[in-house]
Amino acid sequence: MSERGPNRPRPQLVRAEAGALSLDRELLVRMHALMVKARVLEERLIQMYKAGHGYFWIGGPGEEAFSVPLGLLMKKGQGPAFDYLHGHYRQAGTLLALGEEPLGALRQMKNTASDPYSGGRNFAGHFTKRAWNIAPITSPIEVQYVIAPGTAMAQKRFGGDGITIVTGGDAGTAEGDFASCLVWSSRPGNELPILIIVTHNQWGISTAASTQQGPKSIADRGKAFGMRTASVDGNDAVSSYLALQDAFAYVRSERKPFVLEAMVSRLYGHSSASGANFVPGEVDCIASFEELLEKKGILSRAAMDQVRERWTKEIGELARQVRDEPLPGPESIWRNVYKEKP
Amino acid sequence: MAQAIRMALHYAEEHLGVTDIFGEDVGPPLGGVFTVTQGLKTAWNSPLDERGIIGVAMGLAMAGQRPVAEIQFCDYIYNTIDLLKMAGNTCWTTDGDWNLPMVVKTPVGSGIRGSVYHSHSFDATATHIPGWKIVMPSTPLDAYGLMVSACQDENPVMFLEPKALLRVKGEEPIPGEPTDERTLSKMIDAPLGDRSKWKPEWPALQPYAVPIGKAKVVREGDALSVVSYGRTLPLCVRAAAELAEAGIHAEVIDLRSLWPYDWEAIRASVEKTGKVLFVNEDTEVTNFGEHLLRRTVEDLFYQLEAAPRLLAGKFIPGIGLADALELASVPQLGDITEAIRTLAAAQP
Repeated sequence: MSERGPNRPRPQLVRAEAGALSLDRELLVRMHALMVKARVLEERLIQMYKAGHGYFWIGGPGEEAFSVPLGLLMKKGQGPAFDYLHGHYRQAGTLLALGEEPLGALRQMKNTASDPYSGGRNFAGHFTKRAWNIAPITSPIEVQYVIAPGTAMAQKRFGGDGITIVTGGDAGTAEGDFASCLVWSSRPGNELPILIIVTHNQWGISTAASTQQGPKSIADRGKAFGMRTASVDGNDAVSSYLALQDAFAYVRSERKPFVLEAMVSRLYGHSSASGANFVPGEVDCIASFEELLEKKGILSRAAMDQVRERWTKEIGELARQVRDEPLPGPESIWRNVYKEKP
Repeated sequence: MAQAIRMALHYAEEHLGVTDIFGEDVGPPLGGVFTVTQGLKTAWNSPLDERGIIGVAMGLAMAGQRPVAEIQFCDYIYNTIDLLKMAGNTCWTTDGDWNLPMVVKTPVGSGIRGSVYHSHSFDATATHIPGWKIVMPSTPLDAYGLMVSACQDENPVMFLEPKALLRVKGEEPIPGEPTDERTLSKMIDAPLGDRSKWKPEWPALQPYAVPIGKAKVVREGDALSVVSYGRTLPLCVRAAAELAEAGIHAEVIDLRSLWPYDWEAIRASVEKTGKVLFVNEDTEVTNFGEHLLRRTVEDLFYQLEAAPRLLAGKFIPGIGLADALELASVPQLGDITEAIRTLAAAQP
């Protein structure tokens, strides 16, 4: 992977012992099903883009081993008693793990009037769901880092164990908003219950991280603010689950910030703007997870193939349904400029 | 006016659910560089980080809080522009899933010899950001009433404080304030020196709201209409009073809300007078007054008896410190008087 930059220093990763699967079988099977579901959804979205059933694709194939456990560990609900997610546009796995159905993502891809996230206004992968504290995902990278401390502040005030989670990519941590997040989350006496996540795929569109940012580890930036930090192999589902579980537990109970950096792959490039073609040479987290599950006797090859076939069929049918749904009418541009009375 | 805004914020934290009044130097001991936030129980100091201030206000609003965030001078709000855009588009982009009840207040304009970074206006830029409501009072009572409305709104509201008027005493009292200004000052102005044990004694304030989107005819006349807001509004009133002695009777409208704005008030006045002058002090190119002027031409062309005019700030990179520089850069009383006189004399 010389294209990543020859001398890219790798952070020391938290890695689960391959021999000891510390998660129970039921959870592993569930994680696998959701990871495959998320991948199949993303591949269908890419297909829709290539077939002309959408103008633009961006998403998170390659981040499932991390994004799925993240969703599974969140406390889902509305208001400060529950977890807030300020995500970025590679978050489909998290949404599916929370229980979201793929239909909405397909509708947003096709920009139909029925798109539940934006009514046909926004790009694919730009989820929002107030009922589950999912803050609107936006295209400007890293702005979420400067908004997230606000929900965490309300949660600190509220009490309880709800926390705020914010995720973004490595390239965007060059923006001042990432530094703002570190500052606002660690004001002395006002430390916030916030899990600050960076999914590090080593790219900013076409620019290698190793050519732009000096620190060996992005997570280390949290240390200067007295924060607990960790880096994890985000391509390893078990390690990711365990690292997230640890980070969630710390933030929930201590009500203090935590920086977690996850090293992930970017399997189809940045977006459709760079072709959305499979990138060889990157670790495929699903392939390696399946290898492990098979080796440990958790799932057979045939059973895993069945999972993929099932989602391929179901999501394919949903995509066909969406294809014929009406697009938003021109009069709808005036809707919801301001909050409308229910 | 500073006291009026402070009292409105007190009323809002007591009765309207305002949870956070924050920004640089907003909390104790200073209570704001213009003393606007002294003694408020929910006021707190933030890091010196405008993007953090706006972003955190958005996050607080998402989590059911009701924040009032301050940018110390509007000259420093520019690095938050994409966050302001986002706050304005969140309801629309999510097709109504989220709305952000938040207020951003910031002092604007010239008048204190603030030089390049403490004199700029923000109304032209603010009115380029859809999804916000934008208000700008010119009297203490309107400042009180508009802040109360802002703190009740379910959408982001930008409250522009004309800094030249923050020390102006109102002619109309705030409902509930003591009539004697020294009594009021003793009650709610923080003392000099050690303030650590000081607590304000708030008057029993009454609910009073100025609806967002409603202008006010502050002086009636039939020769021409003068539409303004903020610092230049009282200058327009003075100019009109002077010219009335010479037989020129200008009608003066205080717009008060820039978005949404009260077109019906402007229309009714222009249909009566046939002439209109828009006055503000932001730089004149792509100025908000240009929009009003365009709409006047499009909607009221056949009612006009003279070309509508805009008097605004010069399109230069800053407002210089020296007296002559500031006075030459933004409209002053003499400029307004002259503009009214000229327009009144124009013949079709």
